[in-house]
Amino acid sequence: MFEAILLTVATAATPLLIAALGELVVERSGVLNLGVEGMMIMGAVCGFVVAQTTGSAWVGMGAAILAGAAFSLLFGFLTLTLVTNQVATGLALTLLGLGASAMIGESFVGLPGVKMESLYIAGLTDIPYVGKLLFGQDPIFYISILLTIAVVWFLFRTRAGLTLRAVGDNHTSAHALGVPVVRIRYLAVLFGGACAGLAGGQLSLVYVPQWVENMTAGRGWIALALVVFASWRPWRILAGAYLFGAVSIGQLHAQALGIGIPSQFMSSLPYLATIVVLVLISRNKRLTLMNTPTSLGKPFVPDR
Amino acid sequence: MMRIEIVRRPQHSALFSALSPFIALFLTVIAGAILFSLLGKNPFAALYSYFVEPLTEVWSIHELLVKAAPLILIAVGLSVCFLSNNWNIGAEGQLIAGGIAGSILPVMFPDFQGWYVLPLMLLFSMAGGMAYATIPAYLKVRFNTNEILTSLMLVYVAQLFLDWLVRGPWRNPQGYNFPETVQFNDSAILPAIWADSGRAHWGFIIALIAAVIVWFMLSRTLNGFEIKVLGRSSRAGRFAGFSAGRLTFFAFLVSGALAGLAGIAEVSGAVGQLRTTITPGYGFTAIIVAFLGRLNPLGIVAAGLVLALSYLGGEAAQISLGISEKSARIFQGIILFFVLASDTLIYYRIRFVTRLGDAVAKGA
Repeated sequence: MFEAILLTVATAATPLLIAALGELVVERSGVLNLGVEGMMIMGAVCGFVVAQTTGSAWVGMGAAILAGAAFSLLFGFLTLTLVTNQVATGLALTLLGLGASAMIGESFVGLPGVKMESLYIAGLTDIPYVGKLLFGQDPIFYISILLTIAVVWFLFRTRAGLTLRAVGDNHTSAHALGVPVVRIRYLAVLFGGACAGLAGGQLSLVYVPQWVENMTAGRGWIALALVVFASWRPWRILAGAYLFGAVSIGQLHAQALGIGIPSQFMSSLPYLATIVVLVLISRNKRLTLMNTPTSLGKPFVPDR
Repeated sequence: MMRIEIVRRPQHSALFSALSPFIALFLTVIAGAILFSLLGKNPFAALYSYFVEPLTEVWSIHELLVKAAPLILIAVGLSVCFLSNNWNIGAEGQLIAGGIAGSILPVMFPDFQGWYVLPLMLLFSMAGGMAYATIPAYLKVRFNTNEILTSLMLVYVAQLFLDWLVRGPWRNPQGYNFPETVQFNDSAILPAIWADSGRAHWGFIIALIAAVIVWFMLSRTLNGFEIKVLGRSSRAGRFAGFSAGRLTFFAFLVSGALAGLAGIAEVSGAVGQLRTTITPGYGFTAIIVAFLGRLNPLGIVAAGLVLALSYLGGEAAQISLGISEKSARIFQGIILFFVLASDTLIYYRIRFVTRLGDAVAKGA
């Protein structure tokens, strides 16, 4: 029973973790992409449609990643090349993504999905209590953990990561030192898009193997909140994602037990928890100011 | 290989700031034609049913005003927020809060009737929208919490609360278990403007009045000046003695009140009862309206009509050509992209640079 709950928590936390890690890298480079929800839903719909047509969940997942990345390029072109307002452009990306996905997926509503198989290693997966947790989950879970380690290593142990953080902290100085600010930001935005796409694919191919309109249900926004909550630190994102996974699974179990509180109130808990957590973090001004990338959201036009 | 470079203009271009919405609409129409061709439809027929057909019949023009009313009301409020750098994107939730608060009288006290019911409902709806908008404003001013995320999260909470209300305590006991409240009595219905020819209700007139008042406030009063100064540079605003916190409250209260009005206009003018969903995303579409109207309340009136047309066009295209009405939402998203991209022309010159380093063309 306890193991089963932990497994569902992991499945609920994984998309939040992946999308938030992607956005973390984007924001560390000084770009605020509010289009996570839009890129995620595009990943979800493209992943589902391709998996349905080809019959392969892995091909679908690849399509989800590509869709998220391609969609993020639209944001990149506007905010990085045409220097548009990042907040407004991110909102535009979300609105377009929600609309486009609804149209792409219209004829796929209600069709049975292709579920990605969970890992099974004879012997190991059968170990009581921990076997399934460690060796019996879906592949995307393992990818999400590896991705966390990779992002930590990249940002804080490589030269490229240092450069990316420098661009996010002061793009004018970075530019003066000959760092290709815009190119680095394009790459970061693409990475964020790929992650959001993967997170969407996880939803439509692992979590609920189905296509439902608006199925991301605000998860892209929660991922954005997680980045603030984690004060731009990857390990804290891991913790935050599992906290939110636990809240959303906990409320589902509470609904199932029928504790007499209307289901709608329980369903609103993850959103209310997001607000509470944001308030708790942001009231600590020192913590937030110290970690926020200084150039976050500011337009950059290289002087030539 | 070609690269796009942008160069800051010495001063912003008055020409392009007037032209940019039109450039954006023109590009959207072209993108739409391409989209329809890709779907295997005749692009001209599709564009005709999208942008012309809804204007050819009287009842349809009434529907246009029904849809434009909430869009204009909300977008006018959002212009105050966006100009002052307060990113309220939870208008959808404030609309729902206003719709609920405005429905208190007709649902809970259906016997309370008279000419004074409707004005009271409007006041209640404004209070409801304002109260709901106060939450992100307070959290921003007091705790420095990001208002984008909090206002958006509150949308989901409002939707769930409305769902509970209409399925639970407020459900019509004689309604055969449908998730609806009782039908509002006549004194709680926002009347039609010309009842003989169609459904357009007084919500549209209220929207026009709101647009003019806010336009006057923004362009002719010290308050409007303060909004613009603090929006462009909070440092300069502080030196001038303007308070950013007070302004944040003001902006959120104005936009909350107008979104709340949009909510009751929709519930009482267009539907006549409260249901589990009272808006097809007006609160979000209004963001597009605000930007297409260049954050100018009078421009927003025109932009609201354009976006309302896209809703009707989607329905018309589905009926006459079998194109999914969901295409309307793609259109709306594309418009915002083109608006933002065209705005670049106001502040920057665009140059296309070849690999040789020559500027081959200069965009104005």
